[in-house]
Amino acid sequence: MTDVRVAGVGLTHFGSHPERTGRDLFAEAALNASEDAGVPRDDVDELACGNFMGALAERQGHLAPLLAEAAGLSCPATRYEEACASAGVAVRQAVRLLRSGEADVVLAGGMERMTNLGTAEATEGLATAADELFEVRNGVTFPGAYALMARAYFDEFGGTREDLAHVAVKNHANALDNEYAQLRNEISVEDALESPPVAEPLHLYDACPFTDGAAALVLVSEEYAREHDLDAPVAVSGSGQGGDALALADREHLARTPAAGRAAREAYADAGVDAADVDLAEVHDCFTIAEVMALESLGFYEPGEAVGAARRGETTADGDRPVNLSGGLKAKGHPVGATGASQIAELTRLLRGDHPNADRVPDAEVGVAHNAGGTVASAVVHVLEVVA
Amino acid sequence: MSHPDEVRDAGYDEWLDAVAAGEGTYLACPEGHGSLPPRRTCPRCGSTDLAETPLPERGELSTYTVVHVPGPRFAEDAPYVTAIASFGPVRVTGVLRGVADGDGGIDDDRFEVGTAVEIDVEDRGADRERAVAFRPV
Repeated sequence: MTDVRVAGVGLTHFGSHPERTGRDLFAEAALNASEDAGVPRDDVDELACGNFMGALAERQGHLAPLLAEAAGLSCPATRYEEACASAGVAVRQAVRLLRSGEADVVLAGGMERMTNLGTAEATEGLATAADELFEVRNGVTFPGAYALMARAYFDEFGGTREDLAHVAVKNHANALDNEYAQLRNEISVEDALESPPVAEPLHLYDACPFTDGAAALVLVSEEYAREHDLDAPVAVSGSGQGGDALALADREHLARTPAAGRAAREAYADAGVDAADVDLAEVHDCFTIAEVMALESLGFYEPGEAVGAARRGETTADGDRPVNLSGGLKAKGHPVGATGASQIAELTRLLRGDHPNADRVPDAEVGVAHNAGGTVASAVVHVLEVVA
Repeated sequence: MSHPDEVRDAGYDEWLDAVAAGEGTYLACPEGHGSLPPRRTCPRCGSTDLAETPLPERGELSTYTVVHVPGPRFAEDAPYVTAIASFGPVRVTGVLRGVADGDGGIDDDRFEVGTAVEIDVEDRGADRERAVAFRPV
């Protein structure tokens, strides 16, 4: 089985770009990735792209061939939809194609256009990741679903809004120097606590923003990288995916995300690493409480212990294991169907040493990306390692 | 073409009718797991042996949130409370009613995790469509 190498990464600016079409966003990211990789577009065997709500935001279905065409690719193209984990799943499919030998070069990525919808419509669009009959019709919004989990977490394990505020403060600080990030402003714990409520106990600064953006990766087989003398020192060495009941009410625990635990165990076993080997992580912090549950599912903390991790400084840029050095979804932004690929692009830049925050992790060799769909009814975990 | 919301969802709408009539049910599998229709398999264990069982009269709140930023269907209800309540072996998601503070807000002294509730079916404000509603007992 071949190793999968990250030959190149490409991003658009993440932010409010309501006028930019999805096809143009994706084309920019894909061309950036091709240029970074130094791989001719004719060599791309397949496109695997994530997108969540194109049918709502642009009234556009059948996206994959459109995005391939926009990126200047003439190859088979498939769109993957797993809500906020769409691009993570697309990357996982690319890894499988390369490992099976069916492809030597796959362009994997994702795109989301959201801000053209406005807050109410975008809120309703995101809610389609939850169970329409049993959750959304009864008032569950996307922030509301995570608020239900946060309340259950506080009730079962303890923790406070102030603990969560430290997650937001950390991720805003990490985004300050990231030229692709949406929210490049420092905030204080007081700012977060005093921000308006969205779905209590979550307030505005517990939530990621609405974001337009795209991300792309050129993934290649080890053989292709060697034959073409590519500078591709980072490998995707592990991949895992887990699932759970869609509706929170149908889960065994309301304050845990076992789908991510299953994905992590599979990815660690695949890579031959364990949680203790991981030097840094990009995790799916669509809400501050989501980062907490992610760290527990990844095996960095026991259930109930991660809520204070940011406050204690363990996950900050100068902590033992920095989390979301990109700024995370919280501050870098969350173009839903692009996020999973964006996390891997950021980890690659951090491990290669060409990320603005790379000097915070100069000796890092193992990184983990955790991408979750909905309230973690889907989860994808990838392990990245420096191998050359 | 009719709007999707104008066509009944078989199984689900009959369940809502039953809850509205005070005769709510759930599906019980031999392992004792509870779930709501339409279902052919138990979401916990996969059993296909599901028996329609009367829903306990009272549930208790497992978790809740006061929603301030609603989607369009709840635009006239905000702020409102959405909660998950356990009725014996089945959890149900619904809107917690009867907890307004009389001043446009929510009186959160009137409920907490563990509060006993009854279940009914009530209208949403914006579109008058049906929603599961809980009220503190």
